[in-house]
Amino acid sequence: MNRPGVATACAAMLRRDLTLAWRRRGDIAMPVLYALIVTMLFPFALGPEDTLLQRIAGGVVLVTVLLAMLLALDAMFSSDIEDGSLEQLVLAPQPLALMLGMKILAHWLTTALPLIVIAPLLAAMLHLPGAVIPVLLLALLLATPLLSLLGAVLVALTAGTRRSGMLLALMLLPLCMPAVIFAAGAVAAAQQGLPWLAPIAWLAAALVLAVVLAPLACAAALRIALDA
Amino acid sequence: MSALQAFFAMGGYAIYVWPAYALFFIVLIADTIAPGVRRRRVLRELRARLARQSVRQNRNSPAPPSP
Amino acid sequence: MSSWIPLWLHKLGSPPTFYRFAGTLRPWAMGLALLLGAIALYGGLVLAPADYQQGDAYRIIFIHVPSAWMSMFIYAVMGVASFIALVWRIKLAEVVAMESAPIGAAFTFITLVTGSLWGKPMWGTWWTWDARLTSELVLLFLYLGVIGLYHAFEDRRQGARAAAFLAIIGIINVPIVHFSVNWWNTLHQGSTVNIFGKSKMSWDMLWPLLTMMLATKFYYVASLFNRVRTDLLALEGGKDWVRKIAEDEAKS
Repeated sequence: MNRPGVATACAAMLRRDLTLAWRRRGDIAMPVLYALIVTMLFPFALGPEDTLLQRIAGGVVLVTVLLAMLLALDAMFSSDIEDGSLEQLVLAPQPLALMLGMKILAHWLTTALPLIVIAPLLAAMLHLPGAVIPVLLLALLLATPLLSLLGAVLVALTAGTRRSGMLLALMLLPLCMPAVIFAAGAVAAAQQGLPWLAPIAWLAAALVLAVVLAPLACAAALRIALDA
Repeated sequence: MSALQAFFAMGGYAIYVWPAYALFFIVLIADTIAPGVRRRRVLRELRARLARQSVRQNRNSPAPPSP
Repeated sequence: MSSWIPLWLHKLGSPPTFYRFAGTLRPWAMGLALLLGAIALYGGLVLAPADYQQGDAYRIIFIHVPSAWMSMFIYAVMGVASFIALVWRIKLAEVVAMESAPIGAAFTFITLVTGSLWGKPMWGTWWTWDARLTSELVLLFLYLGVIGLYHAFEDRRQGARAAAFLAIIGIINVPIVHFSVNWWNTLHQGSTVNIFGKSKMSWDMLWPLLTMMLATKFYYVASLFNRVRTDLLALEGGKDWVRKIAEDEAKS
């Protein structure tokens, strides 16, 4: 029997998920729209004062992106559980962790990347100084994959349950707190003209750890949750 | 009498100290009672299930000859 | 495979044996907890002198600090039991882990509220975003997440295993949270609160505190056994030994 290699399987997995996401383009636009609406509401709630908006801009953009990602997190495996393809994946000869890693990558590309693309717009709406925006983008580039990876483990754990939306938020909060602290810390430091490399380095270190460990944990969690 | 009053006054901090102690005991008493309530419910449901089962078995088995 | 585990431990792992064992031990643990608790309260509320800086408000320490210790101790127990449950698939370990969570959450809640009641007269605020306080709050969320996940599954044992996995993730997460909140505090130059300072506690205050700590430990054992017994009855509903208990209790 001629088994396809691991690389071929990874590419096929990625292509499949991206194709599925592309067929439902409306779902990709939802988190982006949500982030835009939330950011727009802040000036109305707090007043259009420049200095105040500048001070909170970095944190608001980060939290908004996080919430928008949380909104999409629930759907990471749901359609695959419904049509049974996730169980096929568990039984497949290819390493499950690697396949799940590909699924997480596809999910990050379809939900987080659009959010990062519009992040400069969100920051500009709140008058974040232009010099800080590269740091914000860097922080988002490191923090969003971290959130996708951690979120994937939790979504896998809730795979066998019916209602998981609010529970997912409750479980994710303690896990994502360090990421939010360091990402917002880097932006705040850059805004005050302080060195911002240290928090970015911590984020990067956490991301490296998560890239290695989270798919393995995700696979283990999925085996527990689907084991009936 | 004044010693007791002084004890309850807690040097003016009574409104902080006594609610803290009250909460401590209320939470722990609730934690002790809850399993007992659940235990009674579990056993009651189990007995009801056993009773249903025995009724069904009696119906399926041939009725004992009546005198 | 298990020749190195003593036989009595194997027997203890079986639900009916543990049910009986916990039943005999529970009144003793509860009695010790009540006795030690009463001694500690008398020592702390009556015998110990008022603090020269904080007056009588410091007396909240005798429940606040033991509760805080218990909130972490119970999480550690839950983590170890979760690990055993996932690796060796022992039913009793799953039950111990899942029934520890509500007790731990209760102690964490007590810690937060009593800390807040202590903070108001001492720092003039109910809450500050200090590293210790924030870590305790995160701990409460971890407990709630474990409890929530456990109850989200229809199959109890599957829920227990998923929640056990979450508990282990939480154990890795707690130090990271503590470190990051510490870092965040130094960045924002927030109000650094130092409850214990460098001042040494006098023996008059220390012994009630340590006695209370022992009392809460015994309370935990008693409460855990109580909960585990109930849970075992619910899980083993179809087995003969549970039927016997149900019938015996109907008669009395």
